[in-house]
Amino acid sequence: MMENLVEEKLTHKDFVSDQDIKWCPGCGDYAILKAVQKALPQIGKKKEDIVFVSGIGCSSRFPYYVESYGFHTIHGRAPAIATGVKLSNPNLSVWQITGDGDALAIGGNHFIHALRRNVDINVLLFNNEIYGLTKGQFSPTSKTGIKTKSSPQGTVDRSFNPGKLALGAGANFFARVIDIDPKRMIEVLLAAEEHQGTSLVEILQNCVIFNDKVFANVTDKAVKLDMQLWLGHGKPMIFGKENNKGLILNEFELEVVTIGENGITEDDILVHDAHCQNDILHNMLVNMSAPEFPVAFGVIRSIEAKPFEQNVWEQIEDSKNSAKFNSVNELLNSGVTWEI
Amino acid sequence: MFALGIVYWLFNRPLDITEDFLDAKFKKLPEIAKSNKAALKAGYNYALTVELLPSSYQVKAAELPKGKYRSISGNVATAWGLMAASENTELELFLGSYPITPATDILHELSKHKNFNVVAFQAEDEIAGICSAIGASFAGSLAVTTTSGPGLALKGEAIGLAMMTELPLVIVNVQRGGPSTGLPTKTEQSDLLQAVYGRNGESPVIVIAASTPSNCFDYAYMAAKLALEHMTPVILLTDGFIANGAEPWRIKNVEDMPAIAPQKATEKEDWQPYKRDLEKLSRSWVVPGTKNMEHRIGGLEKDFDSGNVSYVPSNHEEMVKVRAEKVKRVANFIPDIEVKGAEEGDLLIIGWGGTNGSLLTAFNELKQTNNKVGYVHFNYINPLPKNTASVLSNYKNILVCELNSGQFIKILQTEVPQFNYTQYNKVQGLPFNKTELLNAFNNILEA
Repeated sequence: MMENLVEEKLTHKDFVSDQDIKWCPGCGDYAILKAVQKALPQIGKKKEDIVFVSGIGCSSRFPYYVESYGFHTIHGRAPAIATGVKLSNPNLSVWQITGDGDALAIGGNHFIHALRRNVDINVLLFNNEIYGLTKGQFSPTSKTGIKTKSSPQGTVDRSFNPGKLALGAGANFFARVIDIDPKRMIEVLLAAEEHQGTSLVEILQNCVIFNDKVFANVTDKAVKLDMQLWLGHGKPMIFGKENNKGLILNEFELEVVTIGENGITEDDILVHDAHCQNDILHNMLVNMSAPEFPVAFGVIRSIEAKPFEQNVWEQIEDSKNSAKFNSVNELLNSGVTWEI
Repeated sequence: MFALGIVYWLFNRPLDITEDFLDAKFKKLPEIAKSNKAALKAGYNYALTVELLPSSYQVKAAELPKGKYRSISGNVATAWGLMAASENTELELFLGSYPITPATDILHELSKHKNFNVVAFQAEDEIAGICSAIGASFAGSLAVTTTSGPGLALKGEAIGLAMMTELPLVIVNVQRGGPSTGLPTKTEQSDLLQAVYGRNGESPVIVIAASTPSNCFDYAYMAAKLALEHMTPVILLTDGFIANGAEPWRIKNVEDMPAIAPQKATEKEDWQPYKRDLEKLSRSWVVPGTKNMEHRIGGLEKDFDSGNVSYVPSNHEEMVKVRAEKVKRVANFIPDIEVKGAEEGDLLIIGWGGTNGSLLTAFNELKQTNNKVGYVHFNYINPLPKNTASVLSNYKNILVCELNSGQFIKILQTEVPQFNYTQYNKVQGLPFNKTELLNAFNNILEA
């Protein structure tokens, strides 16, 4: 077989599978799929080295629609399966597709351990604050009081903030994006792949049938410039229709100020440091919620540490230097033996 | 040490084994070694001088085939059998496991041998243990998970996923007293029905059982071979008794073990993810990293030909049938059962799993006065060996002896319903003893 001298350039079309997409018309997942298919040709990996692992949920039908290796597994367990894939073949680019129920309810345990271990996988968490596939029960991220089929009088549960939980579990990379902002989503997906270690991307996704417009107070055209703060490493935390709102630190809390009022200048505005080891400010940013604060988007935290599978394999390679036995036969014949 | 010296005298054994042990263990503390050896000798000499007991014992050398021997325990043998399969197939061995009595020593043993490309992953729970193994299997490793009864219960859904996606996977269940938390440090064989049936839907998997500490090596190797060659999960049942027990083992040569042919495919022509080998009905194993063969697998029902998700009613039935038939056909690849003693007669004693030592001891004694009794010990549970019915047909009575309330007997009643079965059960967290077995055998024979 002749090798191509020129490496075939992949396009997003190479990642479109032949399956009919079954998501509801208007579902936010379509946009996410397209953004992922556009990002994949840019990550510098061979098509055969890309794997999608999903759990259960509308989100988790994703692998069937991407023309790559894919594994649709069981509810909540994708991080464990993805860890096995990555440990077995660290050369693969492993993407885990999950949802707010799959990752934070049944999958909560595996979620925190994947983050703790820092396995080099990209976790895309489609957060629509509802259980879509099972038709409309509340999820761990649903806002308190939401009336659903399993909470007709409204929930009394507190909800998780996925970013806060992730940082608590030791996440080295956390980013937040919106399904209807594909350009920024692609940038973040590329940053996630580039980052070595568990890269968690929370995608605010609209479930048009069971929780329509749940993020409208942040994503609606009328409010989005005032309700979204897109962070960039090294850039000041400025937002607003007139780009004149910003964040400062008032003692131990964040405060929204207006540049030009009360003597505030651009120099007073906090500059985002995504690479700061200390996660105190990242925690504050991740916790911001409308309407008192804008919601923080973009790459909120990105610090580097050797990923889990590299450490595991380094230990394995090291052990070969001091190996007592060079074959299983040698092992079997070692220790106390006797002849009859 | 003093008491040990007396025991040495009692059994007329030379002291050198313990003296060598003490010298090695206290190499850096020679005074300690010296004092222990002195105490050992003092006990021996005391018993000798005072003629402590009216007689001492001479244990004859066992009649074993010539060769090189070592002592081995079941859990270590299990680990080494898996490593042998890994070495012979050149597949990296992946263990996803969580500590649980009495299986933990398999994790310990494999964790020691990283240099053989063994990834021994201690997961956060039982489910992560098996799920990481399933991920590793998908990616092309020889994947294993180890546990005991409660862990097997937790792993049920994941075993179903491996079965549904037709991936090679070995699940080792070192059985212990149940139910629930049960008796973690006591032996029992009460997970057989769970192993054969314990998943949602029509979900048959291969089930085999080791029967001695040393044949845990062979059956672990066999579990890997069957999983890789038939592309389906294999549950290997052992138990606390043989896992922790040890016996002399005539050391095998890894190169002499049966060849294993993993079903990896790398050629796209004429290939579909669930296209089957006509003899075994197994699909091929195409791992990520293989060019131009990208495909998706999952737990949903899939089309017989294309492998895409399908809800077509007749297709589902066809798939259920083919997955069942694939496991049934494994019977064409496993050995026949062999009878000890009479090949036809008044009574056939049946056992399975770790009770072999007890049953064989009792049977050998009975054989001395009765030449119309046979004994069969099963290592292959699902599917059953092909000659099962023909062997069973030669006896007037069949007695199934199990350390549970009757589980293998239910399999026999279902799969080989043409015979009448009687049972002898013990559920005390203890192995059988010779006396109770002989009583049970004689009760049938005298009736």
